[in-house]
Amino acid sequence: MFLSRSRLASGTALALAAALSLSACGGSKSGEASASASCVDTSGDTIKLGFLNSTSGAMAISEQTVRDSLSLATEQINAAGGILGKKIEPVVEDGASDPAVFAEKIQKLLTGDCVAAVFGGWTSASRKAMLPVVESDNGLLFYPVQYEGLEASKNIYYTGATTNQQIIPAMDFLKSKGVKTLFLAGSDYVFPRTANKIIKQYAAKLGIKIVGEEYVPLDDDDWTTQVAKIVAAKPDFVFNTINGSSNVGFIKAYYEQGLSPKTTPIISVSIAEEEAPAMGKDVTGQFAAWNYFESVKSPANAAFIKAFQDKYGADRPTSDPMEAAYTSLYLYKNLVEKADSFDVDKINGVADGVAFDAPEGKVTIDGENHHIAKTALIGRINSDNQFDVVWSSGKPIEPDPFLKGYAWWDPSAK
Amino acid sequence: MDAFTTPLLAGTATGALLLIAALGLALTFGQMGVINMAHGEFLMAGAYTTYLTQQVVTDTDLSILVALPAAFLVAGALGLVLEVAIIQWMYRRPLDTLLVTVGVSLLLQQLAKDVFGPQGDPVHTPGWLDGHVDVLGYHWPYRQMFTILLAVAALATLGALLKYTSYGRRIRATVQNRDLAETMGVSTRTVDRVTFFVGSGLAGIGGVAVSLISGTNPNRGTTYIISAFLVVVAGGLGQLKGTVIAAFTVGVVTAFFTDWFSSSMAQVLTFALVVVFLQLRPQGLFTLRTRGLA
Repeated sequence: MFLSRSRLASGTALALAAALSLSACGGSKSGEASASASCVDTSGDTIKLGFLNSTSGAMAISEQTVRDSLSLATEQINAAGGILGKKIEPVVEDGASDPAVFAEKIQKLLTGDCVAAVFGGWTSASRKAMLPVVESDNGLLFYPVQYEGLEASKNIYYTGATTNQQIIPAMDFLKSKGVKTLFLAGSDYVFPRTANKIIKQYAAKLGIKIVGEEYVPLDDDDWTTQVAKIVAAKPDFVFNTINGSSNVGFIKAYYEQGLSPKTTPIISVSIAEEEAPAMGKDVTGQFAAWNYFESVKSPANAAFIKAFQDKYGADRPTSDPMEAAYTSLYLYKNLVEKADSFDVDKINGVADGVAFDAPEGKVTIDGENHHIAKTALIGRINSDNQFDVVWSSGKPIEPDPFLKGYAWWDPSAK
Repeated sequence: MDAFTTPLLAGTATGALLLIAALGLALTFGQMGVINMAHGEFLMAGAYTTYLTQQVVTDTDLSILVALPAAFLVAGALGLVLEVAIIQWMYRRPLDTLLVTVGVSLLLQQLAKDVFGPQGDPVHTPGWLDGHVDVLGYHWPYRQMFTILLAVAALATLGALLKYTSYGRRIRATVQNRDLAETMGVSTRTVDRVTFFVGSGLAGIGGVAVSLISGTNPNRGTTYIISAFLVVVAGGLGQLKGTVIAAFTVGVVTAFFTDWFSSSMAQVLTFALVVVFLQLRPQGLFTLRTRGLA
């Protein structure tokens, strides 16, 4: 029974996609490939979407919040009639903070559960593990976290910031503050190392001196030795690319050894509203670079915060990756409705310019690199663990994941 | 000068933490041949006890002092439950205990996640531990000194317990020759339970120190379990002396490697050194010479 139904469905999809690829003006080869691989069932009144987040392991601390906002967006979209009249039927999987599990689970979601798109991933390692799978199955992945850039896949939509929307604006902010010396502290994996490579090259152009660079593994929490080096180097600012719970050990060691935002402030790219109160220390006066803060004033943001807190409790903060995940589901809805199809190639064909009035402001998809234009913000943490926006790029910055528009960038340099 | 003092002092504090974690393992592994992979989760339990104590005793200056005995009791009780429910059926089958306790470890992590949430909880440093003293250019945090004191106190208490009390004599007798101890009227079952309680309780004390570094986290135990086993094996079984030397050596050497290279490289190099060392001395630093028949 099940077999014959799915065969029927894939047969219909095949015929449909073949017809579409004939009428489309190019990429007919990939169209055929997707038609033969895709098993998405669009015949019923529901559409399956995969949510793949770590609900166990070291990254669960962060990824659970993304899962929560995806569930909220699902509820809202379903209440408003679904996507193309079909209710979203979420298929949830645990990535277990392990890139290999992410690769295995996205394979299962795409070819076993036959979901139309997958939402999730957090660490760059998890995304890089999923990339070859989602490409060979010609599926769709919506990735909601700021990352190190230098990537663009036709099968992935990146709704977090790339480096020219977060790291580079943060450096511009530091320059405007008159910073002369900078210390780099990061977790030991691809994002901090790539981000710091970009920071070092841009710092050389801006005339900011890098006085130290330290890395600690993601699962380690003792930063005492490294913070001692910050004390010795006396930098004007610390650029923090530490990820996850390792931040707690860093912040504690920082204050213990007598550092403070008065003398040596920190600018972070992964401490948000959710993390700030979990440090066990008052982090008032420290900085963070994001594209969304809970304090952003807009009707869309007020509605988002209200809906989220009605569902999960008034004590729950909203943060940038949560907002990016929420936005990603709505962008998917807008993509499908513009394409009038759940077919991947059809969606990619119409992607350029698809927009959504997100809580952070209006975001627009770049059809070329599948990133979205976002406004860069710098916030300073206040005593309520909220961020006061102290700097803004003023308008959305077009995504440039390969930094083609930045002459100083030399990817081959050490 | 701080290029020397920083790794030395920070490494001594890391070594102290490793020692607290390894003392309990040395007892259970050395005495009963039980490879308890859930030992790290007792550390985690100690950290969560610290967090919970701070919710009840809101004066953070005081709560840490309440947390120490509380963490000892909570982690000790967990250990006792583990021993009675599972471990006692697996004595003399070390590989089985390894597999089962890995399962228990995952179970406890998930339990912590379900009860406290995946997000770690903050632990506030008491006022009298918040600060540092300048030692030749290194701002040595009071917290690290406290960890070292804690380790020394735990070691002294355990040493006295083993040497001067009748339970201590029974524990030593059981470690040296279980069968002979039994024929002399020692209830080795009771001794095992006491050892497991004390060993697990020590991990709880370690958890208090860990919570001061980085708060609570459901996965925090896994960070320490491997290093703690490394220390026990390198130190040699059945003697505390070896564990002490190995703990501080691993702590300080890792800190120097971290200073010279990077944190990741330091872990690799320390592991490599211990492996080379065990090739030369498979029995570890010190071994207990016995006339045991087994």
